[in-house]
Amino acid sequence: MGAYFDNAATTRVYDGVCRVMMEAMQQNYGNPSALHTKGLEAEHYIKTAQERIADVLKVSAREIVFTSGGTESNNMAIIGAAYANQRAGRHLITTRIEHASVYNPMLYLEKQGFEVTWLPVDAHGTVDTEALRAAIRPDTILVSVMCVNNEIGTIEPLDEIGRIIKEKNPSALLHVDAIQGFGKLVIHPKRLGIDLLSVSAHKLHGPKGVGFLYIRDRAKVRPLILGGGQQKDRRSGTENVPGIAGLSEAVLEVFDDFDEKIDRLYELRSYFIRRIHEIDKTVVNGWSERQEGFCGPAPHIVSVSFEQIRAEVLLHALEERGFYVSSGSACSSNHPAISGTLKAIGVEKIYLDATIRFSFSFETTKEEIDACMETLAQLVPMLRRFTPGGRR
Amino acid sequence: MIFKAFLIKYGEIGLKGKNRYLFEDALMRQIRFSLNGAGEFEVTKEQGRIYVNVCSDYDYEDVMERLQRVFGIVAICPVVFCEDNSWDNLTKTVGDYIDAAYDDKNFTFKVESRRADKHYPKKSMEINADMGEYLLERFQGARVDVHHPEILLNIEIRQKTYIYSKSIPGPGGMPVGTNGKAMLLLSGGIDSPVAGYMIAKRGVTIDATYFHAPPYTSERAKEKVIDLAKIIARYAGPVKLNIINFTDIQLAIYEKCPHDELTIIMRRYMMRIAERIAREDGCLGLVTGESIGQVASQTMQSLAATNAVCTLPVYRPVIAFDKNDIVAISEKIGAFETSILPYEDCCTIFVAKHPVTKPNIRVIERSEHHLDEIIDAMVETAISTRDIVMCE
Repeated sequence: MGAYFDNAATTRVYDGVCRVMMEAMQQNYGNPSALHTKGLEAEHYIKTAQERIADVLKVSAREIVFTSGGTESNNMAIIGAAYANQRAGRHLITTRIEHASVYNPMLYLEKQGFEVTWLPVDAHGTVDTEALRAAIRPDTILVSVMCVNNEIGTIEPLDEIGRIIKEKNPSALLHVDAIQGFGKLVIHPKRLGIDLLSVSAHKLHGPKGVGFLYIRDRAKVRPLILGGGQQKDRRSGTENVPGIAGLSEAVLEVFDDFDEKIDRLYELRSYFIRRIHEIDKTVVNGWSERQEGFCGPAPHIVSVSFEQIRAEVLLHALEERGFYVSSGSACSSNHPAISGTLKAIGVEKIYLDATIRFSFSFETTKEEIDACMETLAQLVPMLRRFTPGGRR
Repeated sequence: MIFKAFLIKYGEIGLKGKNRYLFEDALMRQIRFSLNGAGEFEVTKEQGRIYVNVCSDYDYEDVMERLQRVFGIVAICPVVFCEDNSWDNLTKTVGDYIDAAYDDKNFTFKVESRRADKHYPKKSMEINADMGEYLLERFQGARVDVHHPEILLNIEIRQKTYIYSKSIPGPGGMPVGTNGKAMLLLSGGIDSPVAGYMIAKRGVTIDATYFHAPPYTSERAKEKVIDLAKIIARYAGPVKLNIINFTDIQLAIYEKCPHDELTIIMRRYMMRIAERIAREDGCLGLVTGESIGQVASQTMQSLAATNAVCTLPVYRPVIAFDKNDIVAISEKIGAFETSILPYEDCCTIFVAKHPVTKPNIRVIERSEHHLDEIIDAMVETAISTRDIVMCE
């Protein structure tokens, strides 16, 4: 028995999502900008999607803009907001553990003459809110913080971050990269003071190549993609109707019985952590147990370091037995401010190369976890015996 | 396209004695193979020349690129036909050809004609003189230079007349299939594909062996080696790639032998296995990408230690090349980008911190005795369970 434990990378598309997408491609295939009924049918998918998403976020439907996915949403939020608000100031704030689709736009803006403050995180990967308080200035125009860290699953204190911004400089915008968080915790941007929120469909059992950016009414964002003026000039290009229809269906399914599903996922996660400790010399990075509010671990990610094992070797050995996981990504950037999550939270050097990320979905079962543990119990001692450089 | 044929010039193989037809036939076979899929062509041999006659539409750049990969070709001359051999028509065709083929009309030239059809009313000296006169009249900026002409215009009178002046260099070497077969030890690196290319250039058919070590090396590393074999096949014709599962042998060596001798012993077993398969498949030698002193396992002493296990000759075409020179060839043949993809191969993953650089063969042999009880069976298994992939 194998299992797919790489749901933070991408997820299996739900059957219902596939059905809706087929329908949007083969029956209601009109261009949503067309004036005839075929166009209207297509536009209907977009409106429904906006309404469903708005309903979940408790925002207004017109504040949802569809994009080609998480990377575009992050780029649009950061670069678009920076340029649209540069007359108010040229200071940006972000953290040291952001995803590449946030830090690369930030580096780009740094080269364009913007100033970026990179906030440190603690051993759990939680951003230092005191450092944020100290960093906000009158010319700060944007703060970008991720909702859930993609490598270790830590939830960032969005509520507190929103409060601090409101206190220190209410005109600064708050962007949240919720690509790992949306569909795993309840996010109400209005209540949290979030102005921009990025989401990708394929992390929640939707298709790849589609996502959205929530843009609060008051937030000014300059469009990155120019053309026919679709989506009220905010993002040109014929809408990816099948993708948007799929995203919409996925949102509907994910948020059905949401609380029960999340509780169950947290239970599975705790069970996984209990079992992983049965294996010698393993360390769970970040939080182990569920916490209250915007704190603690996301329900679907566990990062584990295995002493004296090379992550890539373990990954391939697990793969041979049908278990798919991902290795803790080494940071590819040379920028001194960016260190990769594992380094930023102070993971020891010997563990950096030895870290595996297991990530679950609502479809994950206890049996799959048991089977994985059995496999690990066989593999780990065997691989340790042959760890390159481990024995002299 | 004005060119209706290509005259193929071949150097070295023209010198062979009674075997000459073997070389010419091999060259024609390789030309046909290389043009597969580029259109319809007829490859013929007349009076010690090889012609590629065009029988359909074709793309000049594509055909030229394909021909430039065929070993044995020294130069390729694109040919214009003149069907009607009347003098007026011939001069017009030649003039039009010069007009179309050369932008700069201030050139020096020389006419060189041959009469295969001795009934033609003008003798070749007369053709040279009269054609020269015609061209001088038609192109006011042209001058005759019989010693160092910029354009050497060839006119061959047969049933139709062949006109050519351009000579595009080919790769040289000898047609693949004229010099037996060799077994290339192919890794995922830069050197071994270059070594394979160089040996193939001397007319040798290439088989290859790759040592795969799952889970220490990934499927992607294997895919990369298959891609490299395909790149070699573009020059050398189909490559039979043997993929050996080397993990058990590697682990046995790791467990039983001193770690600083690991790489040497491993390479000795690679050579033994490659030689076994080479003999089974009728190869006359082994080929490696070793270069003196490049790494610990390629010092003179190490090379002697690995060489000692083989009785077949081991060809090392890049033995005295600097890395830069090897890279230059790798880039030329289009292998470099694939070679530098960052997947680990089995040599890099089990490397000791301080490997021996001056191994003593007797000491190595003594270490190998630790494997006596198990190794023969393991080698048998590795050879009998190998995967074979035809790469073309």
